[in-house]
This record gives sequence, structure tokens and C-alpha cells, in this order.
Amino acid sequence: MDTNIRIQHEDFSIQEETDWLRTQGGDAGAVVTFTGLVRGDENGRGIRALFLEHYAGMTESSLRAIVDEAAGRWPLLGVVIIHRIGELLPGAHIVFVGVSSAHRAASFSACDFLMDYLKTRAPFWKKCLFDDSSHWVTAKESDAEASKRW
Amino acid sequence: MINVHYFANIRETLGVAREQVPLPQPATVSGLIDALVAQHGNSWHSLLKETRVLVAVNQTVVPITAAVKQGDEVAFFPPVTGG
Repeated sequence: MDTNIRIQHEDFSIQEETDWLRTQGGDAGAVVTFTGLVRGDENGRGIRALFLEHYAGMTESSLRAIVDEAAGRWPLLGVVIIHRIGELLPGAHIVFVGVSSAHRAASFSACDFLMDYLKTRAPFWKKCLFDDSSHWVTAKESDAEASKRW
Repeated sequence: MINVHYFANIRETLGVAREQVPLPQPATVSGLIDALVAQHGNSWHSLLKETRVLVAVNQTVVPITAAVKQGDEVAFFPPVTGG
């Protein structure tokens, strides 16, 4: 299995990542991707931007561990995880998870699993920036519950 | 010396991103927190001992009873909110 894990300020191209996935690891019959976007609304209040912080070193190794866990559960051919950091405006790409496999069931399940685990285990933190204030996002119980499904 | 890192709201509230602190051996995370509070003041106690704060030693999350050795990297951070 081929993996491509990146943490970056720059934007990414969904098309380029999908093209990479379809050529990795053999005879892919399925590519499933998830793209997370910055929402412009926080509890009914418009945000100016999101700020994303990470723990250099630990974030990368925890993402590798999550990918290894997925590879142990499903027959995957390729995995891409990209997470952006820094200040991101509403509508911007924030995270990309893409998976390829011979058949679709493995890719659908692995993509869902990777996002659930990324949200609850990888050290990233979000801060909502408003015009006149800011606050750190607190962890959601619903995300913790979702990650227990696996 | 111990290399201590702080992230997100903890970094902002403390006003420190990273620092090096001496710590007599043998020691635990709990002992390190006591040393940090003694150095910086009681306001650090409630923040670092808050139940939801996570601690990583050498980039692995551990309980506060875990050992801390010379040269270790210890990080304090809130529950993660990426994705």
C-alpha cells in the first residue's frame, strides 16, 4: 500500500490527489475521498477565519498510526491524508482523506474510519476568529462517540 | 532538563509555547506539574491539572503517573479538534 500524509499551509487539488490514488498499488477499482471545508458559521455567528494549530512530529506519527490501523482492517491500495494548518477562510479546504481499493466497500469504510480517528486522535486544534474576538473550539462528545463505532 | 511544550488555549493562557525546566530524578508528569507551578505560580495549577488536559511524553499520550526522564519532551494540550 502507498501512503501520502501531508500537513501544509497550501491548498490542495482534489483532482490531483484522486489521480494519484487511482494509479497506486495495483488494480484499483474504487477511489473514495472526503474533503472537509471551513464553515462560515459558528452557532449562528459568522466567522472571519479558522486558525489551525498542530504538534509537529506527533501529528505526523499519529496520522501514520491511524493509517496503519486502517490498513490492518481493510485491503487498501493507496491512502492520502492532507490537513491544512494556519489561517483558513470560510469555504477553504481544511482536510482531505482519500482511499483506493479493489472494491468500494473497503474504501468507503476506511475513509469513514480515518476521518473519525483523525478527529479524535490526531493533535490538531481549531480556533474560531471573529472580527472582534476569538475562541478555541472545544472537543465534541459526538466525535468521540463516532470513533467508538470502530 | 525537560523540554516542555504547550499547545492551543494552554499555550495562549500561559503565554509560553515551550521552555526547558530542570527536574530532580526520578520524576513523574505529576512531579513536573508541581515543579512548573512552583516556578510560575498557582494560576498554572488549575490549568495543567484540569482533568481534560492531555499529556504526551516523547509524543505519546500518557497518564500523569508516567515517568519523566532527563531530555524527555513533555507536551500539555487540550482534547483535539482537527478535521
